[in-house]
Amino acid sequence: MNARVTWATALRVLTQLRRDPRTIALLLAVPPFLLSLLKGAFYSDPKSFQHVGGPLVGLFPFSTMFVVTSITMLRERTTGTLERLMSLPLAKLDLLFGYGIAFAAVAVVQACVTSAVAFGLLGLDVVGSTAAVVALAVGNALLGMSLGLFVSAFARTEFQAVQFMPAIVFPQLLLCGLFVARDQMIGVLQIVSDTMPLTYAFEALDSVTTEGSLGSRGALDVSVIAGATLLLLALGALTLRRRTA
Amino acid sequence: MAAEPAIVVDGLRVRRGGRPVLHDLRFSVAAGSVTGLLGPSGCGKTTLMRAIVGVQIVEAGRVEVLGAPAGAPPLRSRVGYVTQAPSVYGDLSVRENLRYFARVLGVPQERVGEAIETVVLGEQADQVVASLSGGQSARVSLATALLGRPELLVLDEPTVGLDPVLRRDLWGTFRRLADAGTTLLVSSHVMDEAEHCDELLLMREGELLAAEAPDALRARTGEQRLDEAFLALIEQREVAQ
Repeated sequence: MNARVTWATALRVLTQLRRDPRTIALLLAVPPFLLSLLKGAFYSDPKSFQHVGGPLVGLFPFSTMFVVTSITMLRERTTGTLERLMSLPLAKLDLLFGYGIAFAAVAVVQACVTSAVAFGLLGLDVVGSTAAVVALAVGNALLGMSLGLFVSAFARTEFQAVQFMPAIVFPQLLLCGLFVARDQMIGVLQIVSDTMPLTYAFEALDSVTTEGSLGSRGALDVSVIAGATLLLLALGALTLRRRTA
Repeated sequence: MAAEPAIVVDGLRVRRGGRPVLHDLRFSVAAGSVTGLLGPSGCGKTTLMRAIVGVQIVEAGRVEVLGAPAGAPPLRSRVGYVTQAPSVYGDLSVRENLRYFARVLGVPQERVGEAIETVVLGEQADQVVASLSGGQSARVSLATALLGRPELLVLDEPTVGLDPVLRRDLWGTFRRLADAGTTLLVSSHVMDEAEHCDELLLMREGELLAAEAPDALRARTGEQRLDEAFLALIEQREVAQ
């Protein structure tokens, strides 16, 4: 690994993103827009808005970075730039960490904008600190990024990559406890949700927003998020081949 | 001519999608030469180049490049490879692309300007690659390969779609690079380009028909035009079979 190459890759990815202002506008505007819709939808049930809205602030970056990364990496594969990079003195980790730094930076901005709107304008209350919510959001963004990097190896076209969103992200969102408490689900789904990293991401966010701290399961939640991110990055590195058929 | 060949290929066999693509190839490429890899589309030129660069999974055989097995990590900064489709970032400018690859290679940023000049893209340097013509993006891709001043340059159809003046200029550049000691392996499906090469590798259907200098090929076949000579070789082989 080489810090110069990692850093150059991060700057390159950010420059590419800067060339696409519409995507930046969507990344920053969509989460606050959706939260506003949610507030309107829960007009007669503000308690539910409090319950769902707080954790959502920290979950948006997971899904956006998943899509953005899987498409960006798919483009590297299909345009031949990945093959070129793999024939150059660049370590696979330089590429993966370069992506990580770039998308973490985007996630910080996205989480700050979303929190400012959610906790400022929309009147969401958070018992813990908003900084903790932003920190968890960035962690979740990195989790989404590594999942996106990994699954991009299984998509040949952008149509396929986009379909991974409902296929891989939605089940985790449905079962993580955001919509229905996990102890009210049928048993088998509780077990399934135990295996999904987003469940731990939700629990950490839920503890911070409703109890004010990560709570007794905090260490477990944070280590699962970090462990899953590293595992997916390692699996992603395996899909970057120097030699192909 | 240097004593050590830049490329040695011995008994190379490659299968793609279960089908044999290269059948038992053997040849060597002299250091500091311009070698043309010629043959019709689909004859295995790209696969052979990929095997030399070390990005192709091979079935059998030995491919040695600059004294090391093809694809060995130390070769990554000594071999430059330009694929047929320009492999650069369409959403970055010419200069941004080159700056990035210069940083990856760890070479001084002054080389960026040099490489842009070599491929005559000074006026387009700050344009986004996606807005350039096909020939211009192909030259951006070539420029990135020049950044590291590689000892071996493997160029897959670098002159496709270029106008005749640019094509001539580019062959002039290849010659200058070879005079300075770089070894070039350049593929083409256009026989006119063979004239610019010191040595030719003629391929057809995954087999090597000839590996010799243009004049030797003319003498052997009795044909003055190289495309006629190529046809004569194919006919000879068919008669022999």
